[in-house]
Amino acid sequence: MTAVLEIVGLRKTYRSRKGTRKALDGFDMTVDAGQVHGFLGPNGSGKTTTLRTLLGLIKPNGGRMAIFGKEVPRHLAETAGLVGAIVESPQFFGNFSAQDTLSLLADAGNVRRQRVTEVLELVGLRDRGKERVKTYSLGMKQRLAVASALLKEPKLLILDEPANGLDPGGIREMRSLMRNLAASGMTVVLSSHILGEIQLICDEVTIIAAGRRVASGSVASVLATAGGGKVRVRLEPGVDTRGAVELLRANGAQVTVEPDHFTVGNAGNPAQITRILAERQIYVSELSPVSADLESVFLELTGTAPVEGQNRQVDQTAAVGGWGQ
Amino acid sequence: MSLYRAETRRLFKRRFTKLFLLGAVVVLAAVAVSTFLTNESVGPEQIAAAKAEAQAQFERDTQQVEKDRASCEAAKGTAQANQWPPDCAQLTAPRLENYDYEWYMPPTFIFRESFPDMATTLAALLALAAFIIGASFVGAEWNSGGMMNLLLWRPQRLRVLGTKLLTLLLTFTAITVVLSALWTGAFYLLAEARGSTDSMTPGAWQSIGLMELRGLALVLVAGAVGFGLASLGRHTAMALGVTVGALIVFQFGLGAVLQLAKVQFVDAFLIPAWLIAWMDKEITLEDYNSCDFSSVNGCQPETLTLTWTMAGSLLAGLFVVVVGAAMWTMRSRDIT
Repeated sequence: MTAVLEIVGLRKTYRSRKGTRKALDGFDMTVDAGQVHGFLGPNGSGKTTTLRTLLGLIKPNGGRMAIFGKEVPRHLAETAGLVGAIVESPQFFGNFSAQDTLSLLADAGNVRRQRVTEVLELVGLRDRGKERVKTYSLGMKQRLAVASALLKEPKLLILDEPANGLDPGGIREMRSLMRNLAASGMTVVLSSHILGEIQLICDEVTIIAAGRRVASGSVASVLATAGGGKVRVRLEPGVDTRGAVELLRANGAQVTVEPDHFTVGNAGNPAQITRILAERQIYVSELSPVSADLESVFLELTGTAPVEGQNRQVDQTAAVGGWGQ
Repeated sequence: MSLYRAETRRLFKRRFTKLFLLGAVVVLAAVAVSTFLTNESVGPEQIAAAKAEAQAQFERDTQQVEKDRASCEAAKGTAQANQWPPDCAQLTAPRLENYDYEWYMPPTFIFRESFPDMATTLAALLALAAFIIGASFVGAEWNSGGMMNLLLWRPQRLRVLGTKLLTLLLTFTAITVVLSALWTGAFYLLAEARGSTDSMTPGAWQSIGLMELRGLALVLVAGAVGFGLASLGRHTAMALGVTVGALIVFQFGLGAVLQLAKVQFVDAFLIPAWLIAWMDKEITLEDYNSCDFSSVNGCQPETLTLTWTMAGSLLAGLFVVVVGAAMWTMRSRDIT
């Protein structure tokens, strides 16, 4: 499959009097054509910085980016017509109507004016298009932002938190809009914190934490890998379970003992479990991946799961890595 | 071209632009109407009346001096003597030649003499409008996130900012040219009705035309500086704040400090002198604390002449520094 978007080793460092902060630390991402790609990460992980850098708003300190095979930001002007984007919260000049806002963008981008009416209809703002944007709710502004991104009929649509502020009906409409757009051949990159939505509509995901990619691939494979590969291990009846657990722990495994089985929480390579146990003539009767939802995988991968009695700070993520990899 | 068209539409869609331009036109109309109402045409009747008034004033003053002289003589040796000079002959009678009848003429609008001030008024008002509209045009875009949206569509930072500036400058060029023509025409008609258009030679017209061109340059530099400052601060208030700060620090603070320090030609450090030098081609400043003695003229103050070329260099320098800095930061700073 052709890569619509490629990011390799992207780095961005912010320097201030208080010191330096690596917003992106060698981040990689690949999005193939025609897919809906989820882009996940906790607050301050570098999602928005990545999107802004990709769109030429921020200058990177290193790395390589390409859209439709063309290096950006050098060739951004050539590819801009193919990319529709909203970055972070929608911001518009409050005294203009939605129609004015879009028609000015259409003029600037040589887009036919008729398209303004079409996208207002598409995002459900047809009847409110002539009202001033400052009278809009957050959800309506969000719809307008999506409309502005769709205005030039892009081949790649980048949406940063498009469901932010939408009511449940709006979220569902947005979901079906994404599906329809992807079905029409558009590639969609979707950054969101609503993980259930991502799990429902995305073909692939990339998860970022502390400026680095911590997982990527199809939703199913990420769930399987990061479930953690969390694997359930059941031994033959009568086998010394305690001895097996100690053996695995001695090799660095995170083992949780259950009544009739145990789970290994950081089994990047489950074959290691069978090999270590088999060397001591301990044989497993069941070795199966523990299925997880995207939320728990996200929290695990990004190290942002709440810990009782602790207040996690933004930028605070656990070290990432897997046993047996 | 499409970007220029979009930016022109954006500029005129803004209520701020419309209201400010309307306000400027209302102020100009008020100036023209009040000038019309406070001036009148002068003919032989008005000249005769002025001469009669000058004569009457001369006679009144002569009688007053005679009365004062009598009172002075009468007061000698009394307690009131100190209210009069010791020698009552010092109370001299006025001389008729000191009563110029022109002082008693009604105000009249002599186009050649009075229009340059009107041209300066127009340029100053339009420069103020250009500064504020220019600052708001780009400041509101930065502040509202509109600039970021635009850059997502046209990821060519210098072209986007340059087109916005060009739009502003071309718009104000058109506005200034049109208003200057209307302003000149209106005051020419006003002079015909309430004054005189005599002595408007081709040279006089050329001089007015050049003055209006300098006015146009002032308007464009003011617009570009407002635009540049707001772009540097990414907020309209940045331009307005810098201007208010500069006025307070330089115009009032620095002026007071320099006066206390008895620095020569304090006005040369202040903005109005340079504006006058630019519009009127030159301004001569005098240092009243100095004495340039000559046996012919006695003690004369030293002078410093600021010319329009010096003022023009200052305006050009300001334009280059502010617009250059705005372009440089647009090119190099992250847009967050």
